[in-house]
Amino acid sequence: MLSTDTDVLKTAEAWRREGRGVAIATVVETWGSAPRPVGSHLVIDEETNFLGSVSGGCVEGAVITEALDVIADGKPRMLEFGIADETAWQVGLSCGGRIRVYVERVD
Amino acid sequence: MRLSFLSDLNAERAARRAVVLVTDIASGEQRLVLEAKIGSDPLAEDLQDRLRQGKSGLIERGDRQYFLTIQTPPVRVIVIGAVHISQALAPMAQGLDFDITIIDPRTAFATPARFPDVPVLTEWPDAVLPTLGIDRYTALAVLTHDPKIDDPALAIALRSDCFYIGALGSRKTHERRVQRLTALGFTDTDMKRIQAPIGLDIGAVSPAEIAVSILAEIVAALRKERRRPA
Repeated sequence: MLSTDTDVLKTAEAWRREGRGVAIATVVETWGSAPRPVGSHLVIDEETNFLGSVSGGCVEGAVITEALDVIADGKPRMLEFGIADETAWQVGLSCGGRIRVYVERVD
Repeated sequence: MRLSFLSDLNAERAARRAVVLVTDIASGEQRLVLEAKIGSDPLAEDLQDRLRQGKSGLIERGDRQYFLTIQTPPVRVIVIGAVHISQALAPMAQGLDFDITIIDPRTAFATPARFPDVPVLTEWPDAVLPTLGIDRYTALAVLTHDPKIDDPALAIALRSDCFYIGALGSRKTHERRVQRLTALGFTDTDMKRIQAPIGLDIGAVSPAEIAVSILAEIVAALRKERRRPA
């Protein structure tokens, strides 16, 4: 079944209630042709299970890695992704867009 | 995010009430604002404005940046008629994350066996529709061809602020429908709200193809602000 943003937040709640460490990543800003709209969510647990998407696959790997740190220390982070060769990130958006993603822990 | 906020977000969505999560980006502080409490929030105007557009986004107020997560109720599709097209349409609508409800007073049509995992109400539309609270996140498609069943549903839909109304039937069928509804006091403006013949013109033939054309028309109505000019 396709995961929608509804499922994503329901899953985040369910995972947390099971006692897992959980982070939610949210697209808060986009420029150019971004693959997923502002407000899209990705939920990640401490074992890197995830549901949803913030970019349709381009930067999820990096978001998940950062999310593990957020789960560990509880500090929210703002991540920014642009096209690969213009940013310090190892990953980028091949479509040429730019996105900012807010990652926070569920406490 | 506090687990209690997450759980309230999910509960409000299930109850078909809008809610806004306000996040102060710099500090990470958050508050959850229920639809009924938006008026008394310090950012009331921004919240109301965003809610009308149904769009999450960043705002700057003073020297602070806030992200507003706008959660509107899920889109609901109410289908009048437990017919062949509805059997094809129901699982597709669920795939689109639409809440679907089928209404048909005819017990032979409205059976759980014909509609696994779909809420089917074996009731007359005029009896049951008022209890469902048709809102601006609701689409209504009438598919029975039977004026006794379809017309009362259309009358209720036209008095609501639902975002989509579609009616199955040929142009001639629709002309007669317009005459009946006009006789009930509905205006030309009201008639323009009804998509008839229902569905985008993709030359659909089979029930499944017609279901695609209806759902595509519903998506087009839902996303009209994003569509490119023709």
